[in-house]
Amino acid sequence: MNSTNTDIKIFGSGRLPFANAPRKLVGALSNRDENEVNSVNDALSEAIVEARNVSKWYGGFQALKEINLTVRRGERVVICGPSGSGKSTLIRCFNRLEAHQSGDIAVTGIRLHNKMRNVAEVRKNVGMVCQHFNLFPHMTVLMNCMAAPMWIKGVPEAKARKLALKFLERVRIPEQANKYPIQLSGGQQQRVAIARSLCMEPAVMLFDEPTSALDPEMVAEVLETMTSLAREGMTMVCVTHEMGFARSVADRVIFMDAGQIVEEGAPGDFFTHPQHERTKLFSSQILSH
Amino acid sequence: MLYPDTVESEVLVHKPAFVLLTFAIMLLAFMMIDLTGTNFAELMRPIIGDPHQSGLYGRFAIAFAIALLFSINIVLIGWAPLAFQIGIVWLELLIFFLLFFKSFNLSLPFIWENLPYLITQGTLTTIYVSAISLIFASLIAIVAAIAKLSNNGFAYGIASFYTSFFRGLPLLMQIYLIYLGLPQIGFVIDAVPSGILALSVCYGAYMAEIFRSGIASIDRGQWEASRSMGFGFGLTMRRIILPQAVPVIIPPMGNMFIAMLKDSSLVSVLGVWELTFLARTIGQPTFNHIEMLISAAMIYWVLSMCLELIQSRIERHFARSKIR
Repeated sequence: MNSTNTDIKIFGSGRLPFANAPRKLVGALSNRDENEVNSVNDALSEAIVEARNVSKWYGGFQALKEINLTVRRGERVVICGPSGSGKSTLIRCFNRLEAHQSGDIAVTGIRLHNKMRNVAEVRKNVGMVCQHFNLFPHMTVLMNCMAAPMWIKGVPEAKARKLALKFLERVRIPEQANKYPIQLSGGQQQRVAIARSLCMEPAVMLFDEPTSALDPEMVAEVLETMTSLAREGMTMVCVTHEMGFARSVADRVIFMDAGQIVEEGAPGDFFTHPQHERTKLFSSQILSH
Repeated sequence: MLYPDTVESEVLVHKPAFVLLTFAIMLLAFMMIDLTGTNFAELMRPIIGDPHQSGLYGRFAIAFAIALLFSINIVLIGWAPLAFQIGIVWLELLIFFLLFFKSFNLSLPFIWENLPYLITQGTLTTIYVSAISLIFASLIAIVAAIAKLSNNGFAYGIASFYTSFFRGLPLLMQIYLIYLGLPQIGFVIDAVPSGILALSVCYGAYMAEIFRSGIASIDRGQWEASRSMGFGFGLTMRRIILPQAVPVIIPPMGNMFIAMLKDSSLVSVLGVWELTFLARTIGQPTFNHIEMLISAAMIYWVLSMCLELIQSRIERHFARSKIR
């Protein structure tokens, strides 16, 4: 049986002699195993994100079932579906915030797996914007944007500041640079979060329901930012329920239900001629209001 | 601050019923105490005659005067602005405190004579013992806290054993065990280092729990955001999680620091010449125990107040990212 605790399999038997913390102990030991890096030349492969037969379980519940998905450079993919369908889980697998148990995921040519040592390499190249912004509240907006380039890429402070201001300008809030996140509105915070990710100049941006915690009026400003980002050719994977955005920006819309990709297609076909019953139901419900 | 509502409530001490009730309680309370032999009674002499001869009338008059003064006092304070109220209350309590000690008939010259030594030797020793312990305890605590939160079975095992053991033993016992026990296995250790060691490991165990709860109180999203940007564990901890945990743990850490300052007095059992030890030994030959003990107590209090002040400064410093 598949379980979330794949670490245990390394030892063959499921139980360890130590009291009820087998996972903790194994975690300590398994870190020592050598990792294998399966790096494919980035230039040859146009695929930024490649998922093959990806499955994931939470205990006995299968959250992802044999997902196959390729996102090419410059492509804008929108993933939609009812809540609990596994769409957030899927994109969280793309930067290894979640572990998948079977199948393969390669991001910018680097295969993601349990024992990888270079997960930071992948994450540097993958920007993530999530529902609750998760800005660092103890830093100013500017510092939020400067932190990752300075501390990870080793960009000098002056250059990082310039970079941060450039992207804050791009999301049109350079005047808020010296404020703290809590002083900003939700929409502004989300735009800062986008700028913060952009400062790392990622190969792909993942959006995990970026507008669902926002007031209706603020949704527009965030979507506008995302649209302009798409126009500039950013590779994007967006989990969102904003169908207007999907229609105008997406190259491809993917509909997920119960951990599976039910339907996939260009936004035009997807909205006008849904193939599956489940998609029809979803579209009619989401478009009817 | 509690949540301040925007509707002003009526000031309690300006409600006639409350003032009357206070007056009645004070009157009754002071009727029960015989104050006819005190200085206050002497002040009342023009009204009640010889205090010792005044009997029930005298007692009533004294209690009435005290209750009246008290009631007028609280009504007047009720009109003052907040900062002024706090100041006045502190001042009045201090005055009563001093009057209380004055009634002990302390020998002031003896205090003045020995105070310099109490400060230069005793207080300095107390400060440096607790300051060094404080640094070591904090270092131990942060390592233990991270170990307790980690996925590493060994680290968790060691850290939980450590906190359980050193929180479970009386500090006095630990001091004895370290001072008398370590030489048994060949480590002869001086009184001051063993005191510092005992304080550090004991308070490290308590502080570990404070750090742990502080770190655990930070939203998971902060970890996710940080890790998803490519920060490693150490960087996330140092730059993202700990800076946010610090404001949370400042108040309990302030408690710990103050408690440690005072618990450093337990080191006196090893013969370290710190404040408590000196206070006891200086007063002994001439039976001026209380003089020295009160002086030492006051010094501890002043030191604690300094720590409180530092704590409130730090709290204010960290409050700035919460201001809207």
